[in-house]
Amino acid sequence: MDFLKKYPSLPAFIATLLIFTLAVTFLSEAYGTGAISTSFVKTLGKTLCLALVAISMDLVWGYTGILSLGHFAFFGLGGYMIGMWLMFARTKLIVVESMAAADIPATALEIKDAVGTQIFGVVGSSDFPLVWMFAHSFWAQIALVVLVPGLLALVFGWLAFRSRVTGVYLSILTQAMTLALSLYLFQNDSGLRGNNGLSGLQNLPGLDAVSQDAVSIWFFWASAFALLVTYLIANFVVSGKFGSVIRGIRDDEARVRFLGYSVEGFKLFVFVLTAIIAGIGGALYYPQAGIINPAEIAPIASIYLAVWVAIGGRGRIYGAVIGAGVVSLVSTYFTGGQAPNINLGFYTIKWVDWWQVLLGLSFVLVTLFAPKGIGGLFDLISGRLSPDRKGAPLGPDQGSLREEEAEQ
Amino acid sequence: MSQLLEVSGVSVSFDGFKAINNLSFSIGPAEMRAIIGPNGAGKTTFMDIVTGKTKPDEGSVLWGDMSKNLIGMNEAKIARIGIGRKFQRPTVFEDQSVFENLLMAVKNDRSPWSVLFFKPKFKDLAKVEALASEIGLSDQLERKSGELSHGQKQWLEIGMLLAQDPQLLLVDEPAAGMTLGEREHTTDILKEAAKTRAVVVVEHDMDFVRRLECKVTVLHEGSVLAEGSLDHVTQNKDVIDVYLGR
Repeated sequence: MDFLKKYPSLPAFIATLLIFTLAVTFLSEAYGTGAISTSFVKTLGKTLCLALVAISMDLVWGYTGILSLGHFAFFGLGGYMIGMWLMFARTKLIVVESMAAADIPATALEIKDAVGTQIFGVVGSSDFPLVWMFAHSFWAQIALVVLVPGLLALVFGWLAFRSRVTGVYLSILTQAMTLALSLYLFQNDSGLRGNNGLSGLQNLPGLDAVSQDAVSIWFFWASAFALLVTYLIANFVVSGKFGSVIRGIRDDEARVRFLGYSVEGFKLFVFVLTAIIAGIGGALYYPQAGIINPAEIAPIASIYLAVWVAIGGRGRIYGAVIGAGVVSLVSTYFTGGQAPNINLGFYTIKWVDWWQVLLGLSFVLVTLFAPKGIGGLFDLISGRLSPDRKGAPLGPDQGSLREEEAEQ
Repeated sequence: MSQLLEVSGVSVSFDGFKAINNLSFSIGPAEMRAIIGPNGAGKTTFMDIVTGKTKPDEGSVLWGDMSKNLIGMNEAKIARIGIGRKFQRPTVFEDQSVFENLLMAVKNDRSPWSVLFFKPKFKDLAKVEALASEIGLSDQLERKSGELSHGQKQWLEIGMLLAQDPQLLLVDEPAAGMTLGEREHTTDILKEAAKTRAVVVVEHDMDFVRRLECKVTVLHEGSVLAEGSLDHVTQNKDVIDVYLGR
């Protein structure tokens, strides 16, 4: 019972996720009635991955007060790392198959060259760049899914936090990081196929016989499982003394420092942990999307991430999940051309164009009038109230919890 | 007997203004000391230097038997070697309960990994209980500290200081904004603490200083003007001129 007291939202979350997963499975084309199309299963699976990266954003922003606007860089890197193996392994299978028809068996070098031509022909090259060194090994690339985002976050965070860059300056720095990374990847000689990105990721090597109907459900399950594990980890991190310390950093970091805690060390810890979570999310997302290119890690993507968390309600983990889920599904509805245009006579509102305006407007409205976000609706049911502090936030720092976000 | 903290020849200036001018100060391991002085005398800057918030232009700050130089260490490290500080304005973590505030301050390994897997042991809980009763907040442990009254927040912050188990406490205007009864309680807490450790109190209120019954250091324009018992310094002509006379 002590456990439930510590994590009050846990049973509800697990139950909801389980019911959702079962429902999608039994309505899918592969294992159920087929009421949900395979492409929509993929959309739902991707949404779960976005919820996962939103949790990491909530940990870093909602709990530690670091408004990072660069977490999609880590998400994208995770996707690139798994994409390299997927593309290499599948291309190799195809090449070996086509070469097997020749009279003389192909040497290993010939196979490698042919694979290189297949992958890099589009950027006018056939040599494997150094970064593809481990692309032949599934386990090495899986390790890189964790290591590359983790190391980038470690180096970037160490430099930024050590210099005590905080607030809006840190946000700008993280934007610069994700912009620099995406511009670098746009180059043809970056070694990751420039603006073409990595494609065909939905085809799992050696599983050509399995239809996408089944593969999409497998990835959906994997995403749901990863989301659950992330949720548990996030709850563990924020519930104990570690949670106290990082919330202290959010509200008043100087005070935490004078208590003897190394604020920089804790920030770095959270930054790296969340970068790794984001990387894993990306590694599950992009095989479902099928393609990754540098546009995915453009600065705007990370800003969307902050918008999801704000709309869902920052500083509560289920809020991040709800925000990412609702906003990205609604976004799919509006931008997918399913929403009917509104004809005003003199002007027709096309939602594909106007969706972003709507999103921006709802972000502003939520920030102004409902700082608890969608997650705040649960407070109405459970009767939780905000303190009456006459508008005073709970700490002197910029990222500190506002009166309306706090619990009495 | 060797001194716990020895500040010698420290100077610091901000944009040409000398906030601290060749200041020397020392305090023993179990001693209470009050620092008084007019506004701008450098009382808070002195604390900033000792706790690592401000780096002095020259001089040395030596700590403990090993005469460790504190200059150049960061705030967290200085806090860990045993210097606790209470700010002028009560600063507690307002979104967290009194219990969480105290538990965070209780002396334990401060590294992220050990904090992550921290489970409060019996001695930690006992310490929180003992401190809470000492500062008179035993029945408020579950309350958010933001709801406490001004005086209670001041006590909570003193309790957090004691929880760190520091050898030296730097306390900036602990009695500001307190009622008479609250002041008396605060005096008792500080006097009790000074039996086992060094306590430096910066205060404006002469009555409060008198009640502490300790040696007094008078600062003026960044250096020590007079030092001794309260009666001794209040009869000092310089002190009367710059401080009391006005």
